[in-house]
Amino acid sequence: MVASSAPVEQYNYDIVRKFTIMALVWGVLGMLAGVYIASELAFPFLNFDIAQITFGRLRPVHTTLVIFGFGGSALFATSYYVVQRTCQTRLFSDGAANFTFWGWNLSVGLAAISYMMGYTQAREYAEMVWPIDLLIAVTWVVYLVIYVMTLRRRSQPHIYVANWFFIAFILATALLHIFNNMAVPVHMFSLSSYSLHAGVQDAMTQWWYGHNAVGFFLTAAFLGMMYYFIPKQVGRPVYSYRLSIIHFWALIFLYMWVGGHHLHWTALPDWTSTLAAGFSILLLMPSWGGMINGIMTLSGAWDKLRTDPIIRFMVVSLSFYGMSTFEGPLMSLKSVNALSHYTDWTIGHVHSGALGWVAMISFGSFYHLIPRLWETKMYSEKLIFTHFWLATIGIVLYISALWVAGIGQGLLLRAFDEYGNLAYTFIETVSFLHQPYVIRAIGGGLFLLGTILMGYNTLMTIRKAKKERTEIEAKIAAKLANA
Amino acid sequence: MKHESIETNAGLLIVLTLIVISIGGLVEIVPLYFIDSTIEEVKVDNKETIRPYSALELRGRDIYQREGCYTCHSQMIRPFRDEALRYGHYSLAAESKFDHPFQWGSKRTGPDLARVGKKYSNEWHVQHLIAPRSVVKESIMPNYPWLMEPLKYKDIADRMRALKMVGVPYSETTAEYEANVKRFGEEIAKKLNILHAEKNLIAQAKTGNYDGNADDITEMDAMVAYLQMLGTMVDFSKFDEGHFADFR
Repeated sequence: MVASSAPVEQYNYDIVRKFTIMALVWGVLGMLAGVYIASELAFPFLNFDIAQITFGRLRPVHTTLVIFGFGGSALFATSYYVVQRTCQTRLFSDGAANFTFWGWNLSVGLAAISYMMGYTQAREYAEMVWPIDLLIAVTWVVYLVIYVMTLRRRSQPHIYVANWFFIAFILATALLHIFNNMAVPVHMFSLSSYSLHAGVQDAMTQWWYGHNAVGFFLTAAFLGMMYYFIPKQVGRPVYSYRLSIIHFWALIFLYMWVGGHHLHWTALPDWTSTLAAGFSILLLMPSWGGMINGIMTLSGAWDKLRTDPIIRFMVVSLSFYGMSTFEGPLMSLKSVNALSHYTDWTIGHVHSGALGWVAMISFGSFYHLIPRLWETKMYSEKLIFTHFWLATIGIVLYISALWVAGIGQGLLLRAFDEYGNLAYTFIETVSFLHQPYVIRAIGGGLFLLGTILMGYNTLMTIRKAKKERTEIEAKIAAKLANA
Repeated sequence: MKHESIETNAGLLIVLTLIVISIGGLVEIVPLYFIDSTIEEVKVDNKETIRPYSALELRGRDIYQREGCYTCHSQMIRPFRDEALRYGHYSLAAESKFDHPFQWGSKRTGPDLARVGKKYSNEWHVQHLIAPRSVVKESIMPNYPWLMEPLKYKDIADRMRALKMVGVPYSETTAEYEANVKRFGEEIAKKLNILHAEKNLIAQAKTGNYDGNADDITEMDAMVAYLQMLGTMVDFSKFDEGHFADFR
């Protein structure tokens, strides 16, 4: 930070700027990996017989970079910004904040490289080998300390609602990360380890973790983002304070029960998966509570939809949040799950949440945040509109292709001929998937293109800010010289 | 109590949040360790037929994980008519009780592998892994030619010891070995002896000759040994129909 523009910054924006930039870097890389593996499914020659880029190794690279690299950095950036603004106090310890920056980004980068080299725990979304898990655990504890200490320094009596969601996300992620990654290393200097749990208990622990990576990392925390940036952008207060209280407690309570719906009809006992299905249906209510609170906050500012691209991102993100939190309980019904499980419908569902909700609310928040962080206007508003359309069309292509793929394959696999034999071999259903896979890759490609545009727009904004600052400094220097 | 008292007290907010988020996991996960019917008992002639992996199979499983096979293949057959016809009897919880971690998977871009063992010849597997489209034209699986490289197995005893620490009954002492003889029978107990791990691994690779090359021990030996074992430990003809349904 240039000292002359402000003597001492009231808030630590430096850490927010750094995490914002890394969110965009990981976002582009992670989505690029996603488009690549999607293309490998459509055109398998793209595996090129190179071990490091085969689908099996690159898929965790994609999920880790987008969830933890892009999503995680976006959450660090926005939570550090929101906690300072709503508590009207500077973030606790610059040194500790910088530690979380390096600890987190190192973990993400090392994880991606290690998967390509073949080092993995083979647990979905928790593939990091044990030394990286330890680094993440330490980083996360420091994050919690920073957050709590900053809350304690607040000059407001009330803790703003966005912070409840952030604190629940930090606590739950710590709990999930620690219990799901318990393992015994082969020896001190081996990256390999074997998980503490086995078989059915391991499966339940993993999906308790896995679904709450969705519930807390990708939902509760992003609701925190929503509760700050939407009221700010539209200049209206949160629609219902009471609703935010009810849906907060209901959401964090219910989410922890639903992981078992990933294990319907498996060797997991029936009572567990039935319980998980029941809670999944209940979860519709607090999910929609948040969606309604967001939409109603936006309501009354509909006229701004024509002129403000940021509000467009926010409206679409809430719509996708509402849609995917309806689809989720639907897919957790055992009869629907019997068809949808193991198919691309699940992948489509995840992406309507991850692209439609998580990425869109992040984009909206970042477009609000970036001009304030660098004290200038965005380089191009037109590019924001273009980004909006590329992203929206990309998602729609993506999820419709995978609805066709998933439901189609599910129906083909359970079809019988008139003699009661299977009507299709497995490989016939793979051939059927080719066209949807091509369209999915195109949809993902459009979404990636939008993110690249955003990266370019941000880069040019930062450059512009620097130029403006030097101009102002030159003017001041000239005036001082004349005086 | 008014909600305001929580909103103005960070400590209280944290404690209440921790309580609220802990309940789901406590109710759903902890009992799975204590309810006996969670994992089926599978005994024939008073011997358990589901055994831990041999040294060679274990290395194969490590490679299965390294390559991310679980991202496209499940190992969990559901109790449906189409799956029974396509893959065989539905999977038992007992069949993955020694799996650290479990590899049930979540997506079938390729078919389920829970009972792929003995369905195809070793030669087919080798050919299919090196060049899948040479045997299944429409396949979208990557080629895995590097599996023909030599297998690393110097740390096999360490691996088995780590698994022993998390509860897999590999034996080191005579008492542990004797216990395994009683539990699984002598032939299997020998395979589970950590002290002979390397010797056993080499012997299985040479006699099994999974990769079609008796001289070298390759990753392909381990991988095919693992695949050929999958789903073969329970002889369902030995059990009454409905026996396993009682555990559900």
